[in-house]
Amino acid sequence: MIRRLLVANRGEIARRVFRTCRALGISTVAVFAEGDELHATEADLSVAVDSYLGAQKIIAAARAAGADAIHPGYGFLSENPDFAREVIAAGLTWIGPSPDAIEAMGDKIRAKKLMAAAGVPVLDGDGTFPLLVKAAAGGGGRGMRVVTEPSALREELAIAEAEARAAFGDGTVFTEPYLPHARHVEVQVLGDGHGRIWVLGDRDCSVQRRHQKVVEEAPAPGLPDAVRAALHRYAYAAAEAVGYRGAGTVEFLVDGERIHFLEMNTRLQVEHPVTECVFRLDLVALQIAIAEGKPLGAAPPAPSGHAIEVRVYAEDPAGGFAPQTGRIRAFDLGSGPGIRVDSGVEAGSEVGIRYDAMLAKVIAYGPDRESAIRLLGDVLRRGAVHGVTTNLRLLRAILDDGDFVAGRLDTALLDRRLDAWNGSTTEHSVRKAALAAALGAAVRTAGARRVQAGIPVAWRNVPSGPRVRILRHGTTEYPVSYSSDGGRLVSDFVAGVAVAAVGDGRVVLDDHGVREAYLVTPYDGGVDVVGPNGAVDFSRVPDMVDPAESVSEGSLLAPMPAVVVSVAVAAGDRVAKGDPIVVLEAMKMRQTLAAPNSGIVASLAAREGQQISAGTVLAVIDVVEEE
Amino acid sequence: MDRESPAYVRNRQAMLDLIADLAAQQAKALAGGGRASVERHRRRGRMTARERIELLLDEDSAFLELSTLAGWGTDFAVGGALVTGIGVVEGVECMIVANDPTVRGGASNPVTLKKSFRAAQIAAENRLPTINLVESGGADLPTQKDIFIPGGRHFKGITEASADRRPTIALVFGNSTAGGAYVPGMSDYVVMVAGGAKVFLGGPPLVKMATGEESDDESLGGAEMHARVSGLADYLAADEKDAIRLGRQIVRRLNWRKSGLAVPAGAEPVLDPEELLGIVPDDLKEPFDPREVIGRIVDGSGFDEFKPLYGPSLVTGWARLHGYPIGILANAQGVLFSGESQKAAQFIQLANQTDTPLLFLHNTTGYMVGKEYEQGGIIKHGAQMINAVANSTVPHLGVILGSSYGAGNYGMSGRAFDPRFLFSWVGAKSAVMGAAQLAGVVSIVSRQAAKAANRPYDDATDARTRAAIEAQIERESLAMFTSGMLYDDGVIDPRDTRTVLGICLSVIHSVPVEGARGYGVFRL
Repeated sequence: MIRRLLVANRGEIARRVFRTCRALGISTVAVFAEGDELHATEADLSVAVDSYLGAQKIIAAARAAGADAIHPGYGFLSENPDFAREVIAAGLTWIGPSPDAIEAMGDKIRAKKLMAAAGVPVLDGDGTFPLLVKAAAGGGGRGMRVVTEPSALREELAIAEAEARAAFGDGTVFTEPYLPHARHVEVQVLGDGHGRIWVLGDRDCSVQRRHQKVVEEAPAPGLPDAVRAALHRYAYAAAEAVGYRGAGTVEFLVDGERIHFLEMNTRLQVEHPVTECVFRLDLVALQIAIAEGKPLGAAPPAPSGHAIEVRVYAEDPAGGFAPQTGRIRAFDLGSGPGIRVDSGVEAGSEVGIRYDAMLAKVIAYGPDRESAIRLLGDVLRRGAVHGVTTNLRLLRAILDDGDFVAGRLDTALLDRRLDAWNGSTTEHSVRKAALAAALGAAVRTAGARRVQAGIPVAWRNVPSGPRVRILRHGTTEYPVSYSSDGGRLVSDFVAGVAVAAVGDGRVVLDDHGVREAYLVTPYDGGVDVVGPNGAVDFSRVPDMVDPAESVSEGSLLAPMPAVVVSVAVAAGDRVAKGDPIVVLEAMKMRQTLAAPNSGIVASLAAREGQQISAGTVLAVIDVVEEE
Repeated sequence: MDRESPAYVRNRQAMLDLIADLAAQQAKALAGGGRASVERHRRRGRMTARERIELLLDEDSAFLELSTLAGWGTDFAVGGALVTGIGVVEGVECMIVANDPTVRGGASNPVTLKKSFRAAQIAAENRLPTINLVESGGADLPTQKDIFIPGGRHFKGITEASADRRPTIALVFGNSTAGGAYVPGMSDYVVMVAGGAKVFLGGPPLVKMATGEESDDESLGGAEMHARVSGLADYLAADEKDAIRLGRQIVRRLNWRKSGLAVPAGAEPVLDPEELLGIVPDDLKEPFDPREVIGRIVDGSGFDEFKPLYGPSLVTGWARLHGYPIGILANAQGVLFSGESQKAAQFIQLANQTDTPLLFLHNTTGYMVGKEYEQGGIIKHGAQMINAVANSTVPHLGVILGSSYGAGNYGMSGRAFDPRFLFSWVGAKSAVMGAAQLAGVVSIVSRQAAKAANRPYDDATDARTRAAIEAQIERESLAMFTSGMLYDDGVIDPRDTRTVLGICLSVIHSVPVEGARGYGVFRL
């Protein structure tokens, strides 16, 4: 019997496992890295570790804290057979499949052979392009590259090998046909190690960006019965072939009627909650029961209803999904019947680039797919994450999309529609939010006055022109103009939109006769707004800046938080416009920053290995007059 | 108030027309030196006086502009090439004085002088720091006879303010030469805009004439020179915005404290201030009930009337406005009789006893005349009221709602009695008497003189003269004209009354209010 369980993970998955432990009466142990302690506050005991990848330290932590079992969560050490072996060797219970099963499925090339032998159709190349290059040791979409023409293959292979070596310590890569119009459908399996295997339905995870899942749902919509039955059959065969014990996922590409095995993930998936919703099961509780040697019942419960999950990432969908950082000022993604939020952050959390950019998962469950879509869309519209740019707006656009609603899904859908979805928030609605933000902030400013407290906001007996408050959203500046008309705030900043009411924290606008309420929360340096079209963050552009604090011309700024990989120049060097100056790496992506102008490197702040935040001045290139 | 009644509808429309006209007259001041001049100024990368003020003020705080119509009805530009007003900078109520360089280079004329003296007086009486936004070509030379000698008081005033521990700050954006150089010269803090400020006693041509020395603007009076060499500039600003930023920084460090009464904000009136538009009859001969006005400007529309049954042509009582306690005197039936005069004198003494500021709402045709009243001692009783007003030491605020004629103007603490602030509703009239009455009096006196001299008196000429006099007096009685003469601090929209008075009361309470001491309150 497990009495005390250590979760070798962080963030939302650690919190989620703790939740089940509490329900079962199991005491909890967290490991945490410095500065990443939110999940640890929810455990009974916690132990500091240098890294969530440090197997020895984590096992030592389990021993020190008196844990008798380790749950690996997903990612990190979850699919590391050596870690599983060490846990078992240490006399601890390993919540997961056997190390051999992990190993068998961990090498994608080997796994495909194994599956083919078990009669599961696999994706074999006939040499036609496009191709997908994958890391044999990869997973979760990392290290994948699409190659569209033969001439690029050699170079892409080299890059993929380098990436794979860096990410997984193994440079083996392989290719398979790339099917852009296929769907990603996966099947949840659960084996009890006593010969019983449950197939817990299917999930569609076709909406992906850069091979990373964004929206997942159960069951996969619109699959022909025969296809669904075949998927379940193949998944069963896959699990059976490795004598699977614990929770696992068998992933397939479904192209029309054709099914291709992709890989099997020998762990709990990020998207497991949608399966939990439709089967009304706690998969973590079942993992624990199986690890304790308990057998599964004869058959799983019958599924009912439909569940959809979206992953809320700290990223900028309009800016190449660049990871975003910042301190979260407000975090509310809703609650209530049919809504589940698994989050790894809360208001006050600092979002860095050290870990995955996923902040939370929001899951909606309804009697049918439309109900779930509607409920989730509403939650996302009312939800707000302020302080860091997120993909919330993109998620709302996806849930509003006609193809998505109709269930016409494939893995290239997001790429194909990204521009439309990014543009789905009209300039008109952002301008309205900006107006609400400015007015709400004005009232808040006035409310904090030390003198003339009751005097109307921005009052003038002789009005000479409107007040202007410049707000920035993304890269766009909104010079919001408004004025006091006999004590009432008025504005013609947005054509056809009048100010209906302005209170502390709440602004009502009248857009062509329709009233819209905006919740406005000013903070030091900006304003957060939640309106009928969702949440928008604005930062304040100051009217006056101390010249000593402004950035000098020729400055090279970090476009995103990153690590400095290399510095190509030294102070005093003469450089030409476009010469590489600094190479950065963020989220495993390298980026070379080039000289914005020709001249002399006047100052160089960047140092190799340095961790920098967005906007850091890395170097200043002084313009030198050509002689 | 019946918003459907024909009188209300008529009065309101008349008032709205007057307000539209007020905006049109104020637009003249806002236009400065005209579109071409403003555009030329902007092309040089400069902000207008009002843009500078807008940036200087605390965000979303109020600005009470004063004497906007200065010079109205004269040959000088409306506004006097100067913008003055009370604004909040870094939480400190300041007197802000900005030259309008688009009007003849911001040069001072007699109107400018009068307006700046009034601003200085307000700053002195209410202990306000002063921020000068300087860009002026000095004296408007053709009018030097009217300004050179009296203008010296301006510089004396700056240094007196300093001695009175009221800091003075000069933000110099452009020209500040010759006499004008003494504005930064006498100020406690001086900020100069690099490449903009030009501060010297004599420019290159004058220097060449005086001593033969060859020089240029920068070496004689540039901001860099003054910041690094002469030391006249304490701060060198990179540009205009930077100068304003520095100005705000200076105020932030003044450690300014108001020592007067601090009160929580008061409740808004229960009655709708919008209805103030329909109260004053379009014919000022018709009296109106000032309680309708009071109820729309005081906190919660609460008014405790004093002596309501005695001297009913003058309403007196207590209220709060934006939280500040006030005593109110308001004319009800126009005429002041003996009873009203004595009631006023008693009430003013009561306000002094409790250190309560007074608000005078004018709508008076003066003290009653006639045998009965003269014999009843109207002069004596009127004098009691005027005596009480003159020697009252609590701050007085005044609003001329309708008419303010004759000695009634004095008794109601008119301009000559130095109320801290005095505003006129658009449509108000002030004069020794009504235009028709004055023309009639002139006619009777002329007729009597002709009769005494045995000269023939021509009725047709009399009618023409009467009409001409009446037209002249009517014009000169108008609020805009008297405001142009600086006889008030501005003409206002009735709906702004509460806000204007609220700001004034806040400003007044920069220092403790102290009523007159000496005798007990005389029961008159």
